[in-house]
Amino acid sequence: MPRGRHRILLGAAAGVGKTYRMLQEGRQARKEGVDVVIGYLEPHERPETAVLAEGLELVPRLRTAHGRMQLEEMDVDAVVRRAPELALVDELAHSNVPEARNRKRFEDVVEILDAGIDVVSTVNVQHLESLNDTIFELTGVRVRETFPDRILDEADEVVLVDLSPEALQTRLRAGKVYRAERVETALTNFFRLENLGALRELALREVAEDVGERRRVGIVDPGTQSAVRERILALVSPEPRSQRILRRAWRSSQRLGAELDALWVRPPGSELTPDEEVSLAALRRLASILGAHFLERDGDDLAAGVKEVAAERGATYVFLGTPDESRRKEILRGSLVSRLVRELPGIDIRVVADRGLRKERT
Amino acid sequence: MIAALVVAAVVAAVAVVLVVVARRPRRRPAPARKLLVPFTGGHLDPRVLEAAIRIARAEDALLVAAYLVRVPLDLAPEAPLAREVEVALPLLEEVEQAALKAGVQVDARIERGRTATHALRKLWEVERFDQLLVPAPTERSPGLAPKDVAWILEHAPAETVVIKPAPPVPQAA
Repeated sequence: MPRGRHRILLGAAAGVGKTYRMLQEGRQARKEGVDVVIGYLEPHERPETAVLAEGLELVPRLRTAHGRMQLEEMDVDAVVRRAPELALVDELAHSNVPEARNRKRFEDVVEILDAGIDVVSTVNVQHLESLNDTIFELTGVRVRETFPDRILDEADEVVLVDLSPEALQTRLRAGKVYRAERVETALTNFFRLENLGALRELALREVAEDVGERRRVGIVDPGTQSAVRERILALVSPEPRSQRILRRAWRSSQRLGAELDALWVRPPGSELTPDEEVSLAALRRLASILGAHFLERDGDDLAAGVKEVAAERGATYVFLGTPDESRRKEILRGSLVSRLVRELPGIDIRVVADRGLRKERT
Repeated sequence: MIAALVVAAVVAAVAVVLVVVARRPRRRPAPARKLLVPFTGGHLDPRVLEAAIRIARAEDALLVAAYLVRVPLDLAPEAPLAREVEVALPLLEEVEQAALKAGVQVDARIERGRTATHALRKLWEVERFDQLLVPAPTERSPGLAPKDVAWILEHAPAETVVIKPAPPVPQAA
């Protein structure tokens, strides 16, 4: 059975009109004779949304007891059993109740797609996993509900639902996004013009990258795709010398027109010292100034972590500092650099020297 | 005979390992004290840098050279700032080279804010410094303004030294 097609409606923030657009698309599809159901709809108590949903078949939600509360989630099995041609699913990044089979709604959507059903879904850019730190730095809000970038990458279409920050604030003030008592707080916190502007830029960039990527895929042999677009991965750790590694990597990224990712592979269970905390925060700030993506992974095998992230991000170039490993480890397990050379075939590797260790010429 | 050869090989291998371990360059532990040198305007006066290195060495302090970048109001506070970074990078490299050559450990950074003092305030809100060394403003230097230095002297969380930049080199007639 062929997999269903996934169309994601991506927005910069709540209230830009993703759910509205999803329902409009559902109605249009039904008018064209497509069998459409609503898998899950978050009406947000918005009357216009509720009106637009009228007449579209709604698959009953699954009620689950969670403590004393009754919570409702999308009934994936019911959607699959109903077997429509198209299912509309709101809030892709939503976390299901712990009792649910899938932890996240995007996993539910994957099951629906696997059953050959097309899906139109909605999500905000702030939920994208790779942007989590950037969003935190931009807005001061740590978004807990995230979804992996691969879901966006694997989608057949990503469509930006755009609204200018000013227009969104107007909608907010008019009570079209949140209830009146929440409006003022929203306007002075998350929905500040500068936040909305930055989020919009992120959403535009995501969609632009997605379009660029798809265009590339169309003209370039997929086997050589990763070699065409340069992407740099800089390995950092919470210490001052990593600043230089990141700066060097940025310089190269500018020359190559490449995206830059900074990666810290955090040994599991490691406690940072206050100095390391400071260095880590400084590195995050630098990454943000440079427009780099700061990634953090847990793992006790640095080379394996790098290999995984390099594959995930399509890295073509890896920057690292002079490895700090003991000679004993180097002799027993092989040096980090040679392991990386072995593990990352086809990827350039550059070791940025630690100037502090340089011997001056006498 | 074979046993003797095996023992000899093992002894040789151990010796090689010991030599290799002994040769490995050691990274020095980070100093406990921190000296902050904020600067901006695409310039760090050599005299200020020299003084910073001298003080850091005498106090056995980590020299934190922070290039302060102003984020225009029409940009998001966390927007990437490629043009300013281009200006800052060679300066930071220069500071690093000079400090490391003098045997002083250095942490060269770019910090940003809506103004130079905003950037500075954000920095010392999250990090402790034992001493600040600030270049004094001059008519010809595009760095910190007199009001910035006055603000630093009033608000700095640590002992602050203001250093007068080098006098201009007289032009040959």
